[in-house]
Amino acid sequence: METLMSIFVGVLVAIGTYLILTKNLLRIILGTSIIGHAVNILIITMGGLKKGGPPLLWTKDLTYADSLPQALILTAIVINFATTALFLVLSYRSYQVLGVDDTEKLRGIDDE
Amino acid sequence: MQLLHLMILLPFLFVVFIPFLYRRFNSQLHTGWFVLFIPLILLLYLVTFIPKVSNGNTIFVSMPWIPSYHIDFTIHMDGLSLLFGLLIAGIGTLVVLYSIYYLSKQREALHNFYVYLLLFMGAMMGLVFSDNIFVLYVFWEMTSISSFLLIAYWYERDKSRYGAQKSMLITIFGGLAMLAGLIMLSMISDTYSIREMVSGNRVTAFTSHDLFIPAMILILVGAFTKSAQFPFSIWLPDAMEAPTPISAYLHSATMVKAGIYLVARLTPVFGGAYEWFWLVTGVGLVTLLYGSINAVRQTDLKALLAYSTISQLGLIMSLLGLGSAALYYGLGDEAAVYAIAVFAAIFHLVNHSTFKGCLFMVVGIIDHETGTRDIRRLGGLMHFMPISFTLTIIGGFAMAGLPPFNGFLSKEMFFAAVINVIKMDFVYNNFIGTLIPVLAWIASAFTFVYCMILIFKTFKGKNKVPKVEKPIHEAPMGMLIPPLILGLLVILIFMFPNVLSAYILQPAWSGVLPELAEKGKLQIEISAWHGLNTELWMTIGVIVVGTILYLTLRKWYRVYLIYPEAATLNRLYDNALKIMELFSRRITDRYMTGYIRDYLVYIFVFIVVMVGGSLWLFDGFVYTPSMDAPVNIYEVSLVIAMVISALTVLLSKSRMTAVISVGALGFFVSFFFVLFRAPDLALTQLVVETVTTVLFLLCFYHLPQFKKEMSHLRFKVSNALISIAVGIVVTSVALSANGTRLFPSISSYYEDAYVLAGAKNVVNAILVDFRGIDTMLEILVLTIAGLGVYILIKLRLSGRGRDKNEEAK
Repeated sequence: METLMSIFVGVLVAIGTYLILTKNLLRIILGTSIIGHAVNILIITMGGLKKGGPPLLWTKDLTYADSLPQALILTAIVINFATTALFLVLSYRSYQVLGVDDTEKLRGIDDE
Repeated sequence: MQLLHLMILLPFLFVVFIPFLYRRFNSQLHTGWFVLFIPLILLLYLVTFIPKVSNGNTIFVSMPWIPSYHIDFTIHMDGLSLLFGLLIAGIGTLVVLYSIYYLSKQREALHNFYVYLLLFMGAMMGLVFSDNIFVLYVFWEMTSISSFLLIAYWYERDKSRYGAQKSMLITIFGGLAMLAGLIMLSMISDTYSIREMVSGNRVTAFTSHDLFIPAMILILVGAFTKSAQFPFSIWLPDAMEAPTPISAYLHSATMVKAGIYLVARLTPVFGGAYEWFWLVTGVGLVTLLYGSINAVRQTDLKALLAYSTISQLGLIMSLLGLGSAALYYGLGDEAAVYAIAVFAAIFHLVNHSTFKGCLFMVVGIIDHETGTRDIRRLGGLMHFMPISFTLTIIGGFAMAGLPPFNGFLSKEMFFAAVINVIKMDFVYNNFIGTLIPVLAWIASAFTFVYCMILIFKTFKGKNKVPKVEKPIHEAPMGMLIPPLILGLLVILIFMFPNVLSAYILQPAWSGVLPELAEKGKLQIEISAWHGLNTELWMTIGVIVVGTILYLTLRKWYRVYLIYPEAATLNRLYDNALKIMELFSRRITDRYMTGYIRDYLVYIFVFIVVMVGGSLWLFDGFVYTPSMDAPVNIYEVSLVIAMVISALTVLLSKSRMTAVISVGALGFFVSFFFVLFRAPDLALTQLVVETVTTVLFLLCFYHLPQFKKEMSHLRFKVSNALISIAVGIVVTSVALSANGTRLFPSISSYYEDAYVLAGAKNVVNAILVDFRGIDTMLEILVLTIAGLGVYILIKLRLSGRGRDKNEEAK
């Protein structure tokens, strides 16, 4: 299972990287979003996918899934959300002000 | 801190008062008069040490500076440092006196001048008296900086700034090389104190050390750059843009001798090695020849003197190199013969300071009184300026090595030293070795020629008064006193060389060669000029050939035109600077393209190369599927669904499809969390993904449709290759990390959450109890992002945005 998930994470990262390398601002943000998902999946995979109950003590399971990666991911999701929201609004504003969403054209002035 | 420390730091202490004195008194009294007392006090104070030092005693006082690093301001006064101290203070006094008459009280920024000058004086004092190599280095760089400030004293002139920059670059380059050499030296000898390095039994252990030769070369680079040796000499002629008192003081008598001082000081450490002999002698001789040949072609008096300084410094340097053979031969009688070269070096050093200082001051007077320093515009000044003429003759003849002036004595000793060199067995079989006397003799002939040019082209011949701006007359007496004193010294040293020798030169000699001095082998009586020996015949030859060369100057002057201007060292330096600037600019332009995509490519390629490369190089890749959990059909189908939606994002032409596919991806992720027993994550992911998708839709409602990417195929292929490589690296890292579990998880601790924290949801207990600070800061992140979004939307300061708003209204 972990092998499959690792390959899957690799595929997601590759797709996200490709999107980041394109010129369109929206694609770049979508790419970062995909990489964010990939990282979250990677964290939980590395925590081990051995079966066990959810880490809720009232279920009285014998084993629980690892709770620490879950807490870490929860933090990561929120932070990822915050930055994504900020970037979205930033790109929206930059399009409003500058009128382009192509990073090639967002180069500033030629020669300093 | 003792009185000696205080005296050496006196110039620094007095610097503080100069601006006040300038502001308060300058309208009545030239600021220089206050400054004059500092070198005078120093000189008188140092003179009191002469009896003690000439008896073979040394003074050693220490003041802690950085005790934990063993860096102390230690003063070690022996004959060598005392000689330099006297030169610095003595010529310093005369130069300050001269500058009082040379610089105008009304027109010049005198406070700057004297602040820089005193900084320099203090730095030079510290340099020659420091025993700790790092303190010595501090003062060394301080002389470079104050010299830089002084050269650019008239900073509104382009040439001053050019000269200052050039000297700064070259001397600082040498200084840094020297620092590296000194650090190596301290590693070899395990001490920072020069006195301890020199003393006895340590020395023999040095030569076999691996760092011995690198340390020697680096320190010599420092000494050569400072003392304007070939090929680092090019800064000195350009430093002539400084006011003449500065040229006289820094660029003839003191600063350029700092390198000589260093070489002399470290001769006991390195002198035994024949690499040292060849380097110092060779570079010195080349410099001697180069300087004297180039001096002849100069048309500017100060440039002529600059090249002559270079040449004379080369002479002194080569003498120090020749003298180091004494150490090569150990402590035998042979050694005593070669050691005379070191004495000649010290003697010529003193002589050069006197006559060169005198000549510079006279040239300053000519410049001051006629308004030009161009030899072609001057002539026939003899009748207008008789005292200056006399002084030029004294200085010029001394420089040419004629009796009855002090230059004659040291030049004779120089010839004696170069003749002696043939007797050395490791030189005798060597073609270059036998060439040494010949080269020295040729250089002396050229020296004679430019001395004659200096004297006779300026003062004899037709009077070219119409070409000169001011009515010519003799300088004021105050301006003439310092060169008169120096000129008098030139003659006095010739008359009574043994007095100077006994009290000052001999102790300095023993300072350079302490081991020989202990054996009592350093004895010399300067009276050899009575005998009719080879040296005298060489001098006579110089005079005859020099006179012929001078008289036929116009005929062979064309020889200089053969040498291409483009191959001169100056042109080389200028071009090197230009090329370096161009080159670095090219490189920067090449990789700083301004395209964000390029920078991302650098980052990703770096990640792939570093992470992938180290995985590959160190056999980091491990794959152990045995620890895997069993594969489940739900998860496989989810994975397939996610890959499809991610590919849809990649391939979609419409922005709406892309946004919705990313949303789908997010929801699939939350399904994963369900499958992987993470209910809280699933909930959060669901909510967050919904909000994000809404945000995407909200924002990109205003953005245009995807345009067809205008990039060509190669662009896409390279992007694809890079992203596939990144994906492979991430996968292999993940697989390897999964395959090697070093220790079990600590999560079992958290599973006692009910006992520890009274919570049954372990994840929530971790978030708010065990690791609550993370959560607090995450809340902060969310707050900041929210504020950022609000500000981005509300705050419109940029010009264009405001215009649009106004139009909308």
